[in-house]
Amino acid sequence: MNPTWYLILAAVLFIIGAVGVLVRRNAIVVFMCVELMLNAANLTLVTFSRINGTLDGQIMAFFVMVVAAAEVVVGLAILMSIFRTRRSASVDDANLLKY
Amino acid sequence: MSEQLILAADKIAAPSISYWALLPMLILLGAATVGVLVEAFVPRSARHPVQVAVAGLGLLASLVAVVALAVGDHARTGTTFGIKTAPNVVVIDGPALLLQGTIALLGLISVLLIAERSLEPGGPFVANAAVVAGSPTDREHSASADSQTEVFPLTVFALAGMMLFVAANDLLLMFVALEVLSLPLYLLCGLARRRRLISQEAAVKYFLLGSFASAFFLYGVALIYGYANTVTLSGIRTAIDESPSNDLLLLLGLGMLVIGLLFKAGVAPFHQWTPDVYQGAPTPITALMASVTKVAAFGAIMRVLYVAFQSVRWDWRPIMIGIAIISMLLGSILAVTQTDIKRLLAYSSIANAGFILTGVVALTPAGVSSSLFYLIAYGFTTVAAFALVMLVRDADGEATHLSRWAGLGRRSPVFAGVFTFVMLAFAGIPLTSGFSSKFAVFSAAAGGGAVSLVIVGVIASMILAFPYLRVIVLMYLNEPAPNGPDIVIPGLYTSFALTVGVAITLVLGVYPGWALDLANRASEFVR
Repeated sequence: MNPTWYLILAAVLFIIGAVGVLVRRNAIVVFMCVELMLNAANLTLVTFSRINGTLDGQIMAFFVMVVAAAEVVVGLAILMSIFRTRRSASVDDANLLKY
Repeated sequence: MSEQLILAADKIAAPSISYWALLPMLILLGAATVGVLVEAFVPRSARHPVQVAVAGLGLLASLVAVVALAVGDHARTGTTFGIKTAPNVVVIDGPALLLQGTIALLGLISVLLIAERSLEPGGPFVANAAVVAGSPTDREHSASADSQTEVFPLTVFALAGMMLFVAANDLLLMFVALEVLSLPLYLLCGLARRRRLISQEAAVKYFLLGSFASAFFLYGVALIYGYANTVTLSGIRTAIDESPSNDLLLLLGLGMLVIGLLFKAGVAPFHQWTPDVYQGAPTPITALMASVTKVAAFGAIMRVLYVAFQSVRWDWRPIMIGIAIISMLLGSILAVTQTDIKRLLAYSSIANAGFILTGVVALTPAGVSSSLFYLIAYGFTTVAAFALVMLVRDADGEATHLSRWAGLGRRSPVFAGVFTFVMLAFAGIPLTSGFSSKFAVFSAAAGGGAVSLVIVGVIASMILAFPYLRVIVLMYLNEPAPNGPDIVIPGLYTSFALTVGVAITLVLGVYPGWALDLANRASEFVR
């Protein structure tokens, strides 16, 4: 099977993630969309690794997974703390800072 | 074919690593780890002084190591220096050493601001971040003199990430360093003692937008890997030189990479987080972000553009010129309308990011050295400005609204005098570092043929002078507000940080020659 399809799939996933970050209102869902973008990048790395015939892309995917896990820990801690104060995870409710 | 290559890869030679060259970063990472252990083993009452000592000594040792590396290297090789270590992954060259030294020194000053406890009992950080803001337990804690001492290891981890960020010669390592510097900063933003809701909101905004930008950076890395089959900057350069066609993968990848980097540097149109986060974060953390993070981000931008993408400069240069113009104009015009001093400084930082970019797009050695000089000068002035903002306090903590600043010149002439000096430095008045640094970047840009940028830059600095002068007028010519804020006498830490910031602003303005010379000699990227 032509590996280019995987690149197209990854690009579609990345765009879905990016649009999701911009239009979704729940902070958790926004965060999941960011994770989708990271995974799209992972799929791209692995596919290029296959196309180019080098291992670097696969190694990089592991690094990205570790970094994404660390990001989840920090992100959920921040989202939890604000959710417990406000009882809401909507990004529209976080509106004290403007102008 | 790929299977054969994978089978052939079983003979992997161990890389030779020059630990001596990595010493500044290793010291910082070690100090941060010790800080984590201190949290686990030292009783709560003793943690604050121990943490301050560990972080301060770590940064000092790291600074000494950077200077020793620079001096030793200079003595050995003559005018330029450059050590490649961990083959092609980390590069310790002139710009890296200069920026690492700047990061260590600015980081040390920021740590002193973070450690300050004399301005309010317990310092600027929350006593217990896990307690719900506004709950009875929270009110009980906020009266106590405790604070979350985890801020010190977090800060040192962030600073180590920044040092690695400016020395990374490999896009994967740059991504890891980007996250190592970002993740602690997201947390630090949410740890303010006062106005915790605003602080947490700033953390959420910074985190969501920051991880969004990192995802762009990473996708850019993936596309460039597809184009060049490597992610080392020198490898990318070779790949571009071998096939000079404007490949879609390359340009798309470069664009996404640069979006991620410009976000960290707070350059318009990727600046939306800056005012909110600068306002909501605890002021010492704002000082850290506005000075050190900017230094690190621009160091990485310059390395990526100059080392890897030099050959396609005619593709990215016009876009970067446009971004610099947008950043300068947007930052300076919106700064005029601000009513909060922290937001005003945030918009001024956006405009200043545009000024730095002016030096970067000059594409000449003078462009690099003037940008480095600008980063140093701007960093110290910014730290001094935020240290001063910390001193204006009333019963609710810091009084950052500008209306509260009316008549401060009569209440405290010394404070108003120093703040006026800092504002004049931002405005670029001669005999301050603001003038010499702006002059350096504008002359470099003119020398590099970007005259349009210089014209816009001068117009933007004139617009930007208005909000600064307005603050000065407000302090001296307006009647003091009844029950207005007091100027708290700073403790030892803040006084020291303030003195260093103001002294360097003055020295770089009166006698900029030696620093420009230093930046000149350090301006060559190892390729």
